[in-house]
Amino acid sequence: MTALRREAVQAWLLVLPACVMLAGFTHIPAVATLIESLYTTPRGARPARFIGLDQYRALLDDPVFFQALGNNALYAAATIPASVVLALLMALAVDSRLPGRAALRLAYFTPTMLPMIAVANIWLFFYTPDYGLLDQLGGMVGLGRHNWLGDPTLALWSLIAVAVWKEAGFFMIFYLAALQAIPPHLREAAALEGAGRMTVLRRVVLPLLMPTTLFVVVNAVINAFRLVDHVVVMTRGGPDNSTTLLLYYIYETGFRFWDTGMAAALTTVLLLILSALAALQFGVLGRRVHYR
Amino acid sequence: MRRIEIAGAWLLGALWVLPLAYAAWAAVHPPEYATRFALLAPWTAANFAQAWEAAPFPRYFLNTFLLVTLILVAQFLLCTPAAYAFARMRFRGRDTLFALVLLQLMIMPDVLLVANYRSLARIGLVDTILGIALPYLGSAFGIFLLRQAFRQVPQELDDAARLEGSGLLARIWRVYVPLAWPTYVAYGLVSVSYHWNNFLWPLVITNSVSTRPLTVGLAVFASTDQGIDWSIITAATLMTSAPLLVAFLIFQRQFVQSFMRAGIR
Repeated sequence: MTALRREAVQAWLLVLPACVMLAGFTHIPAVATLIESLYTTPRGARPARFIGLDQYRALLDDPVFFQALGNNALYAAATIPASVVLALLMALAVDSRLPGRAALRLAYFTPTMLPMIAVANIWLFFYTPDYGLLDQLGGMVGLGRHNWLGDPTLALWSLIAVAVWKEAGFFMIFYLAALQAIPPHLREAAALEGAGRMTVLRRVVLPLLMPTTLFVVVNAVINAFRLVDHVVVMTRGGPDNSTTLLLYYIYETGFRFWDTGMAAALTTVLLLILSALAALQFGVLGRRVHYR
Repeated sequence: MRRIEIAGAWLLGALWVLPLAYAAWAAVHPPEYATRFALLAPWTAANFAQAWEAAPFPRYFLNTFLLVTLILVAQFLLCTPAAYAFARMRFRGRDTLFALVLLQLMIMPDVLLVANYRSLARIGLVDTILGIALPYLGSAFGIFLLRQAFRQVPQELDDAARLEGSGLLARIWRVYVPLAWPTYVAYGLVSVSYHWNNFLWPLVITNSVSTRPLTVGLAVFASTDQGIDWSIITAATLMTSAPLLVAFLIFQRQFVQSFMRAGIR
């Protein structure tokens, strides 16, 4: 009994430093954010005052908030399937006996190693009206000039392209690992049965890749809500808030307008979205892919 | 059919290289060729020299280097004992605590900017390198990965070391850390590349040359000083990404395997 107790004390001493740091910068601020969203923003001599759900009522009247939610939903709905499907295609290409596959793998993966901020600078140049490569190439085939980042109907799609370019290669790595872990005899057996390549892919390979797909999708979803570096550099949320994503709106509200109460309410919304996704991952999706 | 697949793969590869190649073109040619293509355009290193002179990049490099080193060492020291306890020890509340730790995989410090900024303001660490690092030191991802690796270590090795009279910390250090070394390398590469590239939190928490990491320095440089001199901006962009990129090109296999290892749960 005393040996067990000694072990418990030792264990707590081992986990304590890491858990204090974790709780101090994740769990406690999350709870503090929740509480703070129920108070006004303290300004000068005026301290914070309890106002219940007033911040949330104000959010419901804030068209920019809904625009940010809508933008973020569209951004997620476009970047996630596009980057996951491309990642799978890249992995299948690099996994097959293709001429120059090492060079291709390098080409696909390199954007992953660049800071998003560098990627944003490069694409800013790429998108420059008239002089940028995109307009120059478009001009050759008679597409005319576009203000890729200045046109509200194009700007968000331009950012989506950047995100897909940056992320697909990263996700490819995980598919590649999974493909190489598939025992060759499974494919050989299917081929002996007379199954074509497409059938093998659909009936053997894709089902075996389900856990990887889940992992990749979860990461893609988190990134869709966590990474807004390119918004800061390329558009600052404009034009007309057409590229404002939720975290960027939080950043603006908190650090440009210094409205910390409202920023706390916005952060709470983001935390709710992320928690719902976490629950979904461990609940519904988790059950569906454990087929073994 | 096979031909179409190969062509498609190569087309995609070309598309993926294009933006980078375009930036590289602009960086190594005089400004008048930045958006004009001529086979015989003269080469120059002047853009890099100008960028290097125009902003305190040596200081930014130093800041980023200090930042990633601090984070890596602290994560190593904090996550190793915690991972051991979660992997090999019995104590009440272990599973609940572990579930709470894993929550951070979803709710990362990156989204808690406002609350963390206030915490750091309260302890007087705004605009310090330690302040940039602090929210990331207790890493759920690190604890999780190391716990997986420690569970693969044969219990007999632990018992044998115990019989020889090794204490708890000695066993972790002499038995577990060496055996889990590939995981340390994998986690280290992921951590370094994450924090080398991190931007929004450092942007919020720093406001001076002596603390800004490269990413923030590059953003400040590109937005204020240069107008739209693309040659210099792309030179600066490539320069700041270069160390990581070159390391990646040299140790490609290790990087790719590390990312794979870090992703397999």
